[in-house]
Amino acid sequence: MGLLSRKATCNSHGQDSSYFLGWLEYEKNPYHHLHNPNGIIQMGLAENQLSFDLLETWLAKNPEAVGCKRDGQSIFRELALFQDYHGLPAFKKALVDFMAEIRGNKVSFEPNNIVLTAGATSANETLMFCLAEHGDAFLLPTPYYPGFDRDLKWRTGVQIVPIHCTSSNCFRITASAIEEAYQQAQKKNLTVKGILITNPSNPLGTTMTRPELNLLINFITDKQIHLISDEIYSGTVFNSPSFISIMEALKDMNMEKNNRVHIVYSLSKDLGLPGFRVGAIYSNDPTVVSAAVKMSSFGLVSSQTQYLLSVMLSDKKFRNHYIVKNQNRLLKRQRKLVSGLEKSGIRCLESNAGLFCWVDMRHLLSSDTFEAEMELWERIIYDVKLNISPGSSCHCNEPGWFRVCFANMSEDALELAMQRLKSFVGSIEKHNHQESEKLRKESHIGKWIFRLSFQSFNEQDQR
Amino acid sequence: MLSSKASCNSHGQDSSYFLGWQLYENNPFHEVENPTGIIQMGLAENQLSFDLVESWLRKNPEVMELKKGGESVFRELALFQDYHGLPTFKNELVEYMAKMRGNKVKFDPNNLVLAAGATSANETLIFCLADPGEAILLPTPYYPGFDRDLKWRTGVEIVPVHCWSSNGFRITMFALEEAYERAQKLNLKVKGVLITNPSNPLGTTMTKEELDHLITFAMAKNIHVISDEVFSGTVFDSPGFISILEAAMDRNLENTDVWSRIHIVYSLSKDLGLPGFRVGMIYSNNKTVVGASTKMSSFGLVSSQTQYLLTNVLASKRFTSKYMKENQKRLKKRKEMLVSGLKKSGIECLKSNAGLFCWVDMRHLLSSNTLEAETKLWNQMVCDVGLNISPGSSFHCSEPGWFRVCFANMSRGTLQVAMRRIKDFVERSNFMGRIKMNYQQNMSSLSRKLLSNWVRKLSSPDPNEHER
Repeated sequence: MGLLSRKATCNSHGQDSSYFLGWLEYEKNPYHHLHNPNGIIQMGLAENQLSFDLLETWLAKNPEAVGCKRDGQSIFRELALFQDYHGLPAFKKALVDFMAEIRGNKVSFEPNNIVLTAGATSANETLMFCLAEHGDAFLLPTPYYPGFDRDLKWRTGVQIVPIHCTSSNCFRITASAIEEAYQQAQKKNLTVKGILITNPSNPLGTTMTRPELNLLINFITDKQIHLISDEIYSGTVFNSPSFISIMEALKDMNMEKNNRVHIVYSLSKDLGLPGFRVGAIYSNDPTVVSAAVKMSSFGLVSSQTQYLLSVMLSDKKFRNHYIVKNQNRLLKRQRKLVSGLEKSGIRCLESNAGLFCWVDMRHLLSSDTFEAEMELWERIIYDVKLNISPGSSCHCNEPGWFRVCFANMSEDALELAMQRLKSFVGSIEKHNHQESEKLRKESHIGKWIFRLSFQSFNEQDQR
Repeated sequence: MLSSKASCNSHGQDSSYFLGWQLYENNPFHEVENPTGIIQMGLAENQLSFDLVESWLRKNPEVMELKKGGESVFRELALFQDYHGLPTFKNELVEYMAKMRGNKVKFDPNNLVLAAGATSANETLIFCLADPGEAILLPTPYYPGFDRDLKWRTGVEIVPVHCWSSNGFRITMFALEEAYERAQKLNLKVKGVLITNPSNPLGTTMTKEELDHLITFAMAKNIHVISDEVFSGTVFDSPGFISILEAAMDRNLENTDVWSRIHIVYSLSKDLGLPGFRVGMIYSNNKTVVGASTKMSSFGLVSSQTQYLLTNVLASKRFTSKYMKENQKRLKKRKEMLVSGLKKSGIECLKSNAGLFCWVDMRHLLSSNTLEAETKLWNQMVCDVGLNISPGSSFHCSEPGWFRVCFANMSRGTLQVAMRRIKDFVERSNFMGRIKMNYQQNMSSLSRKLLSNWVRKLSSPDPNEHER
């Protein structure tokens, strides 16, 4: 009999994936512009560090929010005691208003249908517990966020079956890909309970098209399964085409109250507050809301934090200002990365959202294999000193793609990263040129030797 | 359509424990606005010492403002999501925990795992120690929330270790063995025993003897011991608090197998009265458990804003010493008020030295020694007397008639009102009882019938009864 549980001793927390190993390497030798200018630059962390000044300015003007006060009175006691898993009503109201605004107010949300959780990590796991049994499956389009292998599967016992997307059509989801994944699951005797999409996509940085969304809605309706739309990057859409939330797509199909579609949200990416652990589940199904609310006991949001953010997000002026400014900065920063990579002859998937680019380094691989991708990744970490995330850790089925983050460092650090990459690519090209020269010479000599030996061979033969 | 977890009842929310809360929510007492409302005595919260914390916060405004030495630390905190927790916070926590144990035990911050409340800590530990279908032994009576926290999503079973009033509900070796055998008969693999020390709902600290039984038992059966010590800071009277680790150290078990099978759960919700801030933790000397539970804590991390605030509160040693002492004093006084108030109504409590509640003996007020009678009495208490107290059955107590009554979550004035209401109720019941006795002895059958109708009308709050 095992002393500990299987969950405690197995590897399905996914922590051994390269995604996390890159972090470990970075931790050992982190770049610092003064103390460690030759260290590894972290480009594997999808954080938004571009707009803190806006938040800090707001905090300075609104000390009551952070000081647990309201109209001059301390509400510390009230907050310290507030552990109602229904959440602070004022916060939920402010949050749904914020979410609606991000969606151009094309859809509106009911505060009673929102469940607060300690981060999207908790929200996603909770939804799995609510929608699927141990051993059931969810379909996920690849490439997808490596954390899902832990968040969706580890303690829930749910399986992930990938919906393979390829570069041939810019990784868009197709009907045949979904069907194929569904069949795969059936072959393995897995009951498919739903599909989980990330929109905008991590790691692609693209927003889903209307045809994709409609396709998904039709599929889940036909198969009577669920659709979870992880929209945590919805506030990071910085360019056209504009973001179409699953709710908007449903509304346009007159299926607004559909109770099999659920949204996951968080303030970690838009507002750049991953440390505050603020996530949410939104669902039109009262049973899901009710079960998720009870499960949220296992990961409630600190009331101190709920209060701070309820005041902040209730400030309409601030909300508008922040959304617009933040998006502008993200756009600028993405352009910087894209053009920097271009100078090294590296292209990115065209993207309009997120905190990263999906970068095409297939031409830098020594062969079209995952081993070559790992080789390249290791060289980039140890030689170029950039922690970027290999596509295989995102379950991409084509080697050579990498996710490179752009919003979690200073502009200077990004420039330095681009320079390092340029030198690296330059040296590869030089090396490749030398190699191909070598090969060419060898091949020339080889042919000559071959002709010679062939003659002698024939002579021998004919002896 | 949905999972069985989402559609079943094993979240335990239909238990009377939670129903009482709902009734209270519909008609809450307020000294001014609703003086006839229901008084909440079912919530184990510590509201007695906020002024101490608030006064400290007023003297240290930087902390709430997320500043340090005049500089903003907002950015740093906003980005801090490391599941290892804020190192300074963990350092302060282990010192605080050690202080609470008279510094007889020392804790290593690297063995501490933060979680969003003890609710999260307990569930996470179970996920780490047991597979679905396996079992944990729990001495009764126990906190109703465990039925959800330990079982719901983990699929683990609880097998009760029955404790009785005949020996003050102490855990005996016999009871442990009996529970273990019962589990075996049910084909359940026992992975551990979970105790709450100080006990909820008993309000007592475990004796050295009990702790020794548990450790010996865990050694013999090769199982874990989880000691939920969330109430350890609420020990206000002798005998002092003995932590499970102290008991193990006294037996020189530090380098033995069982040492890595003893785990502690703690939280700041009860001592510091901060349930809203969601600060819980697991302490374990088992590296694998620490490793796995650290990763699992991703599902319930503590807000960095809150970690920062409390790091600073706990770093003030003068404050924590003052707080511990004063808080315990206030708890003791308040408990004594409840105990003497109940005594005036002829109601006894289990002798207690900790917690935020008393375990109250109302067996003599039951119409019969049954669960139904307890539920009837509970109904009367909530609807008639207007006190939300928690019936022993919701704590899986094997004897009807015991109730948990909280004393630290209301003002003195409110507690006085509650005591008066109980007195009135008991007197009314006695009066009715005497009437009943008299008529049984003296009345003719017709008069008896008339009188019994009248008595029923007076004592029954349920309008439906009249329609029968």
